[in-house]
Amino acid sequence: MLTYIARRILYSIPVLLATSFLSFMFITKSSDPLANLRANPRTNSPTVLKHLAHVYHLDQSLPVRYWYWLQDVFVHKLGQSLLTSQPIWPDISRAIGHTLQIVLLAQLIALVLGVAVGIYSAIRQYSAFDYTFTSLSFLGYAMPTFWLALILQILFTDIYLKWHVRVFYTSGLNSGVTSSTWSLDRLQHIALPVITLTVVSFALYSRFMRATMLDVINSDYVRTARAKGLPERLVIFRHVVRNALIPIVTVSALQFGALLGGAIVTETIFTLDGMGYFFITRLQTNDVYSVMAYVMVVAISVITFNLIADVLYGFLDPRIRYD
Amino acid sequence: MADPLLSIRDLAVEFRTEVGVVHAVDGISYDVFPGETLGIVGESGSGKSVSTMALLGLIPQPPGRIASGTAMFRGTDLLTMAPKDLRDFRGEEVAMVFQDPMTSLNPVLKVAYQLGEAIKTHHPKEPDDKVRERVIDLLRLVGVPNPDVRVDQYPHEFSGGMRQRAMIAMAIANSPSLLIADEPTTALDVTIQAQVLEVLKTVQEETHAATILITHDLGIVAEMCDRVLVMYGGRIVEAGDVHTIFRAPRHPYTVGLLDSLPKLTEDEEWLRPIPGSPPSLINRPSGCAFHPRCFLSQGRTQCRETVPELRAAEGPQHHAACHYSEELVGHQSKFSEPVQAGSGS
Amino acid sequence: MTEPAQLDPQLAPMTAPGGITLDVTAAEGLELKARSQWSYARRRFLRHRLAMFGLVGLVVIFGAGALASVVAPYSFDQIDLTNVLHPPTMVGHHVFGTDEIGRDSLSRIIYGIRTSEQVGLTVAVVSTLFGLMVGAISGYYRGWLDNVIMRVTDLILTLPVLVVLLTVAALLGRSSSVWTIVFILAGFYWTGIARIVRGTFLSLREKEYVEAAKAVGAGDLRIMFRHMLPNTLGPIVVTGTLAVADAIILEAFLSFLGFGIADPTPSLGKLVAEGQQFPQKWWITVIPGLVLVLIVICVNFVGDGLRDALDPQQRRVRA
Repeated sequence: MLTYIARRILYSIPVLLATSFLSFMFITKSSDPLANLRANPRTNSPTVLKHLAHVYHLDQSLPVRYWYWLQDVFVHKLGQSLLTSQPIWPDISRAIGHTLQIVLLAQLIALVLGVAVGIYSAIRQYSAFDYTFTSLSFLGYAMPTFWLALILQILFTDIYLKWHVRVFYTSGLNSGVTSSTWSLDRLQHIALPVITLTVVSFALYSRFMRATMLDVINSDYVRTARAKGLPERLVIFRHVVRNALIPIVTVSALQFGALLGGAIVTETIFTLDGMGYFFITRLQTNDVYSVMAYVMVVAISVITFNLIADVLYGFLDPRIRYD
Repeated sequence: MADPLLSIRDLAVEFRTEVGVVHAVDGISYDVFPGETLGIVGESGSGKSVSTMALLGLIPQPPGRIASGTAMFRGTDLLTMAPKDLRDFRGEEVAMVFQDPMTSLNPVLKVAYQLGEAIKTHHPKEPDDKVRERVIDLLRLVGVPNPDVRVDQYPHEFSGGMRQRAMIAMAIANSPSLLIADEPTTALDVTIQAQVLEVLKTVQEETHAATILITHDLGIVAEMCDRVLVMYGGRIVEAGDVHTIFRAPRHPYTVGLLDSLPKLTEDEEWLRPIPGSPPSLINRPSGCAFHPRCFLSQGRTQCRETVPELRAAEGPQHHAACHYSEELVGHQSKFSEPVQAGSGS
Repeated sequence: MTEPAQLDPQLAPMTAPGGITLDVTAAEGLELKARSQWSYARRRFLRHRLAMFGLVGLVVIFGAGALASVVAPYSFDQIDLTNVLHPPTMVGHHVFGTDEIGRDSLSRIIYGIRTSEQVGLTVAVVSTLFGLMVGAISGYYRGWLDNVIMRVTDLILTLPVLVVLLTVAALLGRSSSVWTIVFILAGFYWTGIARIVRGTFLSLREKEYVEAAKAVGAGDLRIMFRHMLPNTLGPIVVTGTLAVADAIILEAFLSFLGFGIADPTPSLGKLVAEGQQFPQKWWITVIPGLVLVLIVICVNFVGDGLRDALDPQQRRVRA
């Protein structure tokens, strides 16, 4: 198993390099890192620009620039933003923390609820419960997150305006002073984004769990378990669920990896200082190196979680043995 | 004759589907005596598996339904038992071995666990080490090599034949008085088939359990069974001891089955299958289900209109359900030479 | 079909034991109805209630979009400053209200639907065709070509969709034409289809009928098209259908964030975005979103129905 993990990590290095190089090439070729400075009359004197171009190696060839950037990433912790001349790492690490909190909460709730509903729907197939939740899942799955987010925003703004009671906040991470991560104020602020993200994930997980359960429930080995005289409860939990959980664990690991890039739209709507917001704002202002930093962080996260998903799968299913 | 272990009367099972009601089993009655091996023979769709699964309550009840009948096992009717009591029976008094060993074992649980589960479900107070000992002994009995090592493996590490042996071991774990084997060798190679049948024989000698052996293979019937039931279209068409059935069949379907077997000692140019296809269980032919394919019937009215009853044929223990069964007396079946049943052929 | 289409040799008059001839076809209880595999699938699909509902819904919605110039009461950029920010009303056909410069929401939504369906259908078709070709070649020939293609798809799939799309869209110029968006989306989507097709081809390649075809001397292309492709159509049709919904949603996302289709072409995503400035005028936000949801639900229903119809091994027993 360890050799497998080592091999996977080794393979991902070229992938990361390729991804970063391609992104770098694309991003720098299609935008001028100094565009904003050029546009600003206070900073667009030719000497300043030429000096900056030299300092940031903009006058060198692409591979060389890439090499400098790579060095920056490792030695200088992702380097500095051209725009603000601020180091990138503090901003991005803060954004990661915030996104992590929201995504973790949302995924956890969605997983627990989704698995429970999925199991029950499968056991009571075609019941009122099943039909209700199947329809709700269809709905939840079809809803674009930005729409749901906006509706929630409108709803809770309305509540505040009509009854002057703040149930949940509709923007930002805190009211004024930087709150601690788990304070009530913070929770009130992230409640709506968490709900938005939970709905779609919940729809996915409950449908998936239900489908897997139904697949497994009709297997021969479940029939064998019943023929042995096992009470139905044990048949379901010891045999069916145990098998049905395996694919869901992998799917959620993959989802988590992807979501670490931040729910771009949700964070924008609720103006949350997370990875998605980071990305959009930097993209809109053409802050090239910050965008690159973001791309790298996301790529690493996805690759890592893909690996975790595969390892978990090998752990849970004895038929899969990596060597 | 001793009292029957299991007495089935008028069992009927149907399934509701989108295209109609399927009469899978249409009023069958038979007995199983302690210690004997009863073979149930028939094509796919003859109802042979469904009838035994109904006994154990393994028919999913929404599409399926036990329309009528009783199944008396030691004085209790299995078909009207409360699910909880039926569960106590399953795996303890009556056990079943299924057709496909590849998919019949849970892939993520160790063999030791699954066999142990069979024991602990019915004897929850047994200490774990004793259970493990018993499991290893069972695996040894059925001929799994290195049972103390194999027991901790997963099903996918067993070969097909070994898995079926493990299934048999699991079935006899609690020494049931009735073992139902539903086409236990159909999914296996011929050479492995022979081995598994040997295991079944060993198991029978050890436990003295009565066995219902469901198969479509007459060769297996000849080798393993004491008595035989022939099913067609959800009904029993012939019943009797194995010698009589092979020597002097009295139902045209049985005759057709026997004739379709190739025989090494004869010089045949063409095989002789039974013409036609199995009947639709939704739109069964009126009267005798076999008449469209029957060489004996020749379109006679009674065959088309009346369902034939099982009547005594070659003696009181042999029954055939055919209006013109007497016309088959003296018909020389291919196997009119004595067949040795129960101890290899 | 009530008469036997072809006499199955098994059913033709035969000599049975005893030398009697039988005419089995005339007997009761035997029905001969020859049906092709596709007609079975079609029957199953038509019986699927939800799929029918989805199909009807889609026909109505997409039909309205396609015939936008006929159906919409106003042009999508018709300004009427006397009727600004009006809630839904029957007056003047403003069934869905008006926006901040008096443009009729219903008309804008209908034109928005047209944009969505253009994008969705084109992306689905283009990416399916391209993915099919690439996947087929990859799965059939294997070897280094397969490896290269798989690495490329891996690369494309490593990053979350939205990130890639946004970056590409941003750098291609903030607002683009419909076709740029289609190009970007299709450039992403083909990978999913290619993987599925490749997977199926990899397994089909070993099947006996492929070996048989080769033994008879059939060329590669013929094998791929006549023998293997029909067997992959099931999952492809389903994935392609669902891709329509995904593409529409992605386009909506892009437009919402301002990286999508250039003005003045309306897009449902843009319409929802406009509503952000006027949270009290809920109809500007809610209704276009609702239309999006409806489209996606209908497409998903149709996709589900197709999956049920084309995959007969479904174990669900419909009571």
